[in-house]
Amino acid sequence: MALETTAIQEKLVAAFGADVFDFKQDRDIFSFEITSDINTAVLLFLKNDPILRFHFLTDLCGVHYPENDVNHQFEIVYHLHNWYENKRIRIKTFLNGENPEIKTASTIFLSTNWMERETYDFYGINFIGHPQLKRILNMDEMVSFPMRKEFPLEDSGRTDKDDRFFGRTSINI
Amino acid sequence: MSETKINMVAPPEGVVGEGFFATKLNEVVGMARANSLWPLPFATSCCGIEFMATMASHYDLGRFGSERNSFSPRQADMLLVMGTISKKMGGVLRQVYEQMAEPRWVIAVGACASSGGIFDTYSVLQGIDKVIPVDVYVPGCPPRPEQIIDGIMKLQELVRTESVRRRSSPEYQELLASYNIK
Repeated sequence: MALETTAIQEKLVAAFGADVFDFKQDRDIFSFEITSDINTAVLLFLKNDPILRFHFLTDLCGVHYPENDVNHQFEIVYHLHNWYENKRIRIKTFLNGENPEIKTASTIFLSTNWMERETYDFYGINFIGHPQLKRILNMDEMVSFPMRKEFPLEDSGRTDKDDRFFGRTSINI
Repeated sequence: MSETKINMVAPPEGVVGEGFFATKLNEVVGMARANSLWPLPFATSCCGIEFMATMASHYDLGRFGSERNSFSPRQADMLLVMGTISKKMGGVLRQVYEQMAEPRWVIAVGACASSGGIFDTYSVLQGIDKVIPVDVYVPGCPPRPEQIIDGIMKLQELVRTESVRRRSSPEYQELLASYNIK
């Protein structure tokens, strides 16, 4: 019998109550939100429950919403996959904008080690308990967290590019 | 023997007599160096594919004395940087350059290696001349093999006319010092 989304929802609500909320079928993926302090508990529960069996984490990433209120400025998204039922779910959790931190999931899913390093690299989110939280894709000397909206996307060191030739000025003289 | 298709490089200017030929050492050394430039390809993207065409039979860089690719920087004369160099890769490129023995020349092939190209972004080096000195820039995105050959011929001209003393000149030391290369 296929794993129904209602069954997932009922089990989660029974275990975590109001800390798990906003369940919805978002296009073709069932997604919900959790409070950030129970992320490891929810992941462990989903992994070890004999019916749910979400034993495979496919993705972990960050999102920056600078317009949101201070407690919802960063988002962490987990994607889990149940191979037995071929069922995928998405878990979202929001973090504080001034001090974004969350417990590491690398003790539960080893694959998140590099994904958390990447998320740290680009968003500066502190994963508490991560075994080696340092930059992974960008150069070590970099001081910014480039995917945060306050940092410029373009390189400040460019010297040879005239803005007029790139359509960046209003008047092309 | 029937007619041969081998082209010989013309001898440099000099005084010819019976049994001797006198010329300047500069010109002989320059001629020898220019016609045996061993390339070190540093290819990271599509310009590298064009370079493969340049090396293959149709365009055949071997005609210009660059028959042998050297995949060790120690034995290479000419570093060809082809493709986008990220800032993280910049240190690697610099190390490769430092490992090359003098005399060494660098060609930046394509828009990315020359200026960062379309990648005006925080992660991409805005031209390899930010980390190593460059002798010839080849424009194009990517440049055709003809353009790469043109760049190499321009470099050959530089090599042919370079003084044998240039590498120990204070100007050259100053250039390397400005890149903080010993």
